[in-house]
Amino acid sequence: MTGTGSLLRLILRRDRVVLPLWVLLLGLLPQVYLASFQSVFATDADRLEYARVSASNAGFAGLYGRLSGDSLGELVVWRAGFVPVMIGLAALLTVIRHTRAEEEAGRSDLIRATVVGRWAQPAAALLATTLGCLVLGLIVTASMIVAGEPAEGSVAFGALFTLSGWLFAGVAAIAAQLTSGARGARMIAVLVLGVSYVLRVGGDISAVGDGRLDWLAWLSPLGWVQKISPYGADDWAPAALALLAVVVTVAVGGHLLTRRDLAAGLLAARPGPPRAGAGLSSPLGLAWRLHRGLLAGWVAGFAALGLVFGGVGTSMAQIAEDSRSVSDVFNKLGGAGTVTDAYFATTAGICGLVVSIYAIQAALRIRDEEQNGHAELVLSAAVGRASWAAGHLLFALLGPAVAMVAEGALAGATFGDVGPVLAASTAQLPAVWVLGAVAVLLIGVLPRFSAAAWGAVAVCLLLLLVGPLLELPRWVLDASPFTHVPQLPAASFTAVPEIVLILIATALAAAGLAGLRRRDVPA
Amino acid sequence: MTEAIAAEGLVKRFGKVTALDGLDLRVRTGEVHGFLGPNGAGKTTAIRILLGLMRRDGGSVRLLDGDPWAEATRLHKRLAYVPGDVTFWPTLTGGEVIDLLGRLRGGLDPRRRDDLIERFQLDPRKKGRTYSKGNRQKVALIAALASDVELLLLDEPTSGLDPLMEEVFREVIQQEKSRGDRTVLLSSHILAEVEALCDRLTIIRDGRSVETGTLDDLRHLTRTTIRAELTGPIDGLGTISGVHDLTTADGRVAFDVDADALEPALRTLVTAGVRSLVSQPPSLEELFLRHYTGSER
Ligand SMILES: Nc1ncnc2c1ncn2[C@@H]1O[C@H](COP(=O)(O)OP(=O)(O)OP(=O)(O)O)[C@@H](O)[C@H]1O
Ligand SMILES: [Mg+2]
Repeated sequence: MTGTGSLLRLILRRDRVVLPLWVLLLGLLPQVYLASFQSVFATDADRLEYARVSASNAGFAGLYGRLSGDSLGELVVWRAGFVPVMIGLAALLTVIRHTRAEEEAGRSDLIRATVVGRWAQPAAALLATTLGCLVLGLIVTASMIVAGEPAEGSVAFGALFTLSGWLFAGVAAIAAQLTSGARGARMIAVLVLGVSYVLRVGGDISAVGDGRLDWLAWLSPLGWVQKISPYGADDWAPAALALLAVVVTVAVGGHLLTRRDLAAGLLAARPGPPRAGAGLSSPLGLAWRLHRGLLAGWVAGFAALGLVFGGVGTSMAQIAEDSRSVSDVFNKLGGAGTVTDAYFATTAGICGLVVSIYAIQAALRIRDEEQNGHAELVLSAAVGRASWAAGHLLFALLGPAVAMVAEGALAGATFGDVGPVLAASTAQLPAVWVLGAVAVLLIGVLPRFSAAAWGAVAVCLLLLLVGPLLELPRWVLDASPFTHVPQLPAASFTAVPEIVLILIATALAAAGLAGLRRRDVPA
Repeated sequence: MTEAIAAEGLVKRFGKVTALDGLDLRVRTGEVHGFLGPNGAGKTTAIRILLGLMRRDGGSVRLLDGDPWAEATRLHKRLAYVPGDVTFWPTLTGGEVIDLLGRLRGGLDPRRRDDLIERFQLDPRKKGRTYSKGNRQKVALIAALASDVELLLLDEPTSGLDPLMEEVFREVIQQEKSRGDRTVLLSSHILAEVEALCDRLTIIRDGRSVETGTLDDLRHLTRTTIRAELTGPIDGLGTISGVHDLTTADGRVAFDVDADALEPALRTLVTAGVRSLVSQPPSLEELFLRHYTGSER
């Protein structure tokens, strides 16, 4: 492991902006929920009523996890139930970025040719990530104690967040050894995260109902950390289980590393056809080959999400019959209309934001192709810049549409009312396109800052997560295109904002393409 | 004689770095033109401008019969390019890449494709990531050579090829040359390759062309090294302009001499009486070293 120290410093230097950013933002998120609950609940009775209603609500259980008690601390932990998923995502992306992606770019050859040991690179990547997650947990613990919450619960809460990150850092350590490319490794790790989430959702929804599928949550790493139950049971047994899993995954990753060559993967690439099929003869045909895996992954994921959301909607409709006050709670949290309408408006909004990640990912492929030299080959043939970029752009715009339609249609079908739910999902698309077009604009005009497009999604995500609770000023909320799309089915359809968003997206993309046609490639 | 490439006073800046600083490059139709220069001299940048990938900041350039920037797509049907550092899409096989690039250029000759794959001993079924550097280079070369185009732009095409494959490359280019209608611009650091293939060459340094002509023209510009044993005392050799680094010691002289001072220098030696004489023609290496050293980059 010689050289781990200097590699660790190198990683921390390269990530000096991104790493502190997610550690701080996600670490402070519980404070936002704490503050908003303190302002929403005028009396203890309010809080107890809210907790009573929420605990028996399958929809809430699905989104945030199970609410086990009614103290303020437990409510905050529960409301921050989606944050562990985000921490897991950040952790696995960081690990893969500094292991597999480095190897793919060929920088590892250079580094390993120096006096650095075989394990130094993955060890340094894991260390940087685990340190980041540890700091994140400490921020949670410290800020909760300062806010006057019990110490033991706050430590457990911090551990919940830290372990979420560590678990998926471990998953990434294994995934990074399996494939020969960063893209594939990322897909495997994200898939594990997605399955963990769906298993946890299934277990928690069942727990609210007949409890027969409770055990599903025990199959999910996200379920384990949730079972720590900070401020309630403060149960350290599941934490020990999670820690054991971290140790095992890291050890397995290390063992796999010894069994493969640099730049190779354990899942060996199989030989393919010696000749190109008829489809592979245009920029569009090439784009299809490059994008189809990603498209299939997103559509499958969104289809699964649709099934889960639709199922949760069904049980919500039943429970809403029992208690009128659920609607009050929703109204306080910024929703409107009946319970399920508000629920589907929320899920559509979440899906819209999440699918923007895909839109940007697909658009940034243009920049990737340019940076790794592939664009130079294609453009040296009789292919214009516009048609080269258009191939990728098509997937950036239509890919999210296919995913959203799959999600909306399946959610609607499961719920038993396709039209409104599908409409809610499709209504998000103009906002998704605006974010995709921001990426195109950056690629065309400020290519070096293309990755800043991720910042746009991050801002929109933060506004969605905390905006309504914080009662931020109007103009801040208006910065997100998602604020403007009609919140179907809770609100009625209005065409004007949709048309304006489509016009903005068109203008941004056109400006980006014009820039791309005028500038050097590669730039 | 028509020209496939005519660039004059090309300027290209990247921020504060001036990559091309008034480059002149003339390539005649049907010739193999060597394009040489030390690392960072601007060869790749010049080729990217010829391909319309980059925009020039000054000067003029014609490629075939058009403007490489404004008419890129039309001109690209008539040329093929092999980049210096080839990377492919990880999920595509070498065979697929060859076909794809050929089709994007407007078609390739399937018989020639198969023939080249065999000659270069390429396994076209492997995926992009699993090829070695040399094999990636072969894929790009086959894709370019199998296309029926007028102009080949090759940027260090043999870097990474083993000597056997390098030999195959030379044979193929020789054959292309004998067809007489294909123009090749060959950027290279391998002098033997340049000597074997190129009709004419251009040497650039710091973004400027420093020499251009046939190899013989360039040889003419360099000095011959002479060593002689004399029978009598010698006089006046040092005063001939064009004689350099003269040393004399007990009846022996050694000096370098420019091509146009060779005759007076030899006359002086003969006048003194020559017992033995060794003359060394300028080697290609020396020629290049002279042009390469002193580079600021
Ligand atoms: N995209 C770019 N941005 C900034 N500077 C660049 C860029 N491309 C090239 N340069 C600079 O321009 C100069 C010429 O580079 P170029 O790649 O054309 O040299 P070269 O002759 O091909 O060298 P080599 O023999 O090493 O391939 C170098 O100083 C290089 O650093
Ligand atoms: Mg070069």
